[in-house]
Amino acid sequence: MANKIPRVPVREQNPAVRATNFEEVCLGYNLEEATLEASRCLNCKNPRCMAACPVGIKIPQFIEALKVGDVAAAADIIAQDSSLPSICGRVCPQESQCEGSCILGIKGESVAIGKLERYVGDWRLSNPKEAEVAASNGKKVAVVGSGPAGLACASDLAKMGYSVTVFEALHEVGGVLVYGIPEFRLPKKGVVAKEIESVRRLGVKFETDVIVGRTVTIDSLMDEEGFDAVFVGSGAGLPRFMGIEGENLNGVLSANEFLTRANLMRAYDEQYDTPIYVGQRVVVVGGGNVAMDAVRTAKRLGAEATIVYRRSEAELPARVEEVHHAKEEGIEFRMLTNPTRVLGNEQGWVTGLNCVEMELGEPDASGRRSPIEKAGSDFTVACDVVIMALGTSPNPLIASTTDNLETNRRGCIVADENGATSRPGVFAGGDTVTGAATVILAMGAGRKAAKAIDEYLR
Amino acid sequence: MVEILSREMLAENIWQTVVYAPRIAKSAKPGQFIIVRADERGERIPLTIADYDAEKGTVTMVTQALGLSTRKIVSKGVGEHFADVAGPLGRPSDFVHETMEELQRKRFVFVAGGVGTAPVYPQVKWLKEHGVEVDVIIGAKTKDMLIYTEQMRAVASNLYIATDDGSEGFHGLVTALLEKLITEQGKSYDCCVAIGPMIMMKFVTLTAKKFNLPCIVSLNALMVDGTGMCGACRVTIAGKTKFTCVDGPEFNAYDVDFDEAMRRQGMYRTQEQRALAIAREREQGHKCNIGLDK
Repeated sequence: MANKIPRVPVREQNPAVRATNFEEVCLGYNLEEATLEASRCLNCKNPRCMAACPVGIKIPQFIEALKVGDVAAAADIIAQDSSLPSICGRVCPQESQCEGSCILGIKGESVAIGKLERYVGDWRLSNPKEAEVAASNGKKVAVVGSGPAGLACASDLAKMGYSVTVFEALHEVGGVLVYGIPEFRLPKKGVVAKEIESVRRLGVKFETDVIVGRTVTIDSLMDEEGFDAVFVGSGAGLPRFMGIEGENLNGVLSANEFLTRANLMRAYDEQYDTPIYVGQRVVVVGGGNVAMDAVRTAKRLGAEATIVYRRSEAELPARVEEVHHAKEEGIEFRMLTNPTRVLGNEQGWVTGLNCVEMELGEPDASGRRSPIEKAGSDFTVACDVVIMALGTSPNPLIASTTDNLETNRRGCIVADENGATSRPGVFAGGDTVTGAATVILAMGAGRKAAKAIDEYLR
Repeated sequence: MVEILSREMLAENIWQTVVYAPRIAKSAKPGQFIIVRADERGERIPLTIADYDAEKGTVTMVTQALGLSTRKIVSKGVGEHFADVAGPLGRPSDFVHETMEELQRKRFVFVAGGVGTAPVYPQVKWLKEHGVEVDVIIGAKTKDMLIYTEQMRAVASNLYIATDDGSEGFHGLVTALLEKLITEQGKSYDCCVAIGPMIMMKFVTLTAKKFNLPCIVSLNALMVDGTGMCGACRVTIAGKTKFTCVDGPEFNAYDVDFDEAMRRQGMYRTQEQRALAIAREREQGHKCNIGLDK
């Protein structure tokens, strides 16, 4: 019988304190808290949470194991479907996936599935298990990109006995987990580095500073370096801008640039050389997770920080928890506001952002009510820095340097549900196929492709 | 980690460093660049490729030590390592894709300014190897700041030198020398390639325009990743925003908004100067009493 207690609160850093540091916001459950929270699960016959998980993690089963404190068994159950639980437990939009479908959520609060997954994932990172690795089959696979898709694909292939080399364009392995998601949401040493270490232990080789499409090409990897197949998991790294006047003024930057400086280059730490600039007031344009990451980073660097979003709060695509945390940290939210022009001084530096008020009209193709400009509602938000967080698209470098690799109108590589592309032996998955999406979908795509590559090479 | 095979001072604050980077050496083409990170705390700094040797696996870079990061790069000696060298980045020069017939009909003039002489060298060398005649103008403030003159003499059909103070070659700016070659010496060119400080490229472009001479410039914008991810290197080309790292670094000079490009180069100047000042004070043994060096 399930325990009818309220959802076990998770410990977090005090908002006033954490808004001045880069340490992780959420401290997570301990064993006692995790077991107690697990006891709330109804273990439904027809688990809607599992159906809502993009990779179908056997959620009731792992929670059953947790109920009796068998964390190792819980970790094994999750591992059947996910290779990155400590990461997904932190960054998945649970409210629209597993937790959003939890029966308990109808009348009260859903089981904190994400926090439980995180607990189990972290436990496994501290108690690593020797994975079974099949004997080498003598075949070589190249993985392009070391983000969630690449890591998942590489580890599955390594376990099957393939010799896998992951090529990363940047100087650090991890892709968006390192350059995109901030330390305060996803610790680099404590979580990301450990996940990568566990992939390394499977025998996967990593080569950084290799830009596929420039340093090497897909063709040179296959023809000259003897790779039998290639998986492309190069993500969606290209930032979008609005195309409004003043966008090239000094002080306007993409969220990608701002976050890369802060996260990958550790610009927030004075011991590192890369500069970062926030001025007195920062405005971040956009409402997704990247916008929240950027605005909260700006706040931590000492600026007054504001979100400007053209729809209303109900439409914010960011995880509910991030919006909640941002508000607690003193981020100002200006909803139904759309920038029309960046204002600058004579020296070409940003002084403000001209905006118009919006109202919501009929639902558009995405199902969200489309914002319409209110006539004569122009106003100016004074600021020194404007950060554009409007989404990203795949980098065309690989497609443009690989003959016969089909892409669609949005520049995404065309791949079937198993990752097979128009080129035999070349597979793709994650954001480079779907456009910017989630870590768990990319991880799932990487694993499916690993299976397909194995079938192709056998 | 990338090993440094040799290092040589070419002029005051200008150093040539040769590294072992076989993948880059094999793929590099004229017009491309690399990104170097001196150490684990270093900044990613875009640098031009001055030479490459696919057989030896070596890449040569020339760095002018201006800020903290470039000073770090040039201070690394033989046998030491850079944390990272990534590349080749950017699109190769357009001429690489032209047919030999087209190319060999063309008369090129390269205008190189200061440390910009280094990236001109592999372009002229490539053209020479493909049987194309090339004139080169090298400009510097003074004789002692000239670099790569001997290497260039070996590959250029004609080498002209200009110094601001007249200590070697033509007394004056490269623009005046280019103009003189065309108007007084009856030189006629089909393509001008200018690489050097932004202000020089702007004025070479204006000079080329006078003679309806097509002109290409190589922009040295600020960058972080150099692969199209950050957009720090945005430039306005014919009214449209382009990324220097993936759409360039070479652009049709007539289309470039030089004033915006120069202004954007100064985006982090305050922070850079502060970092450099702190480093200098530290070198002199100063300990900051109010903790600014923490």
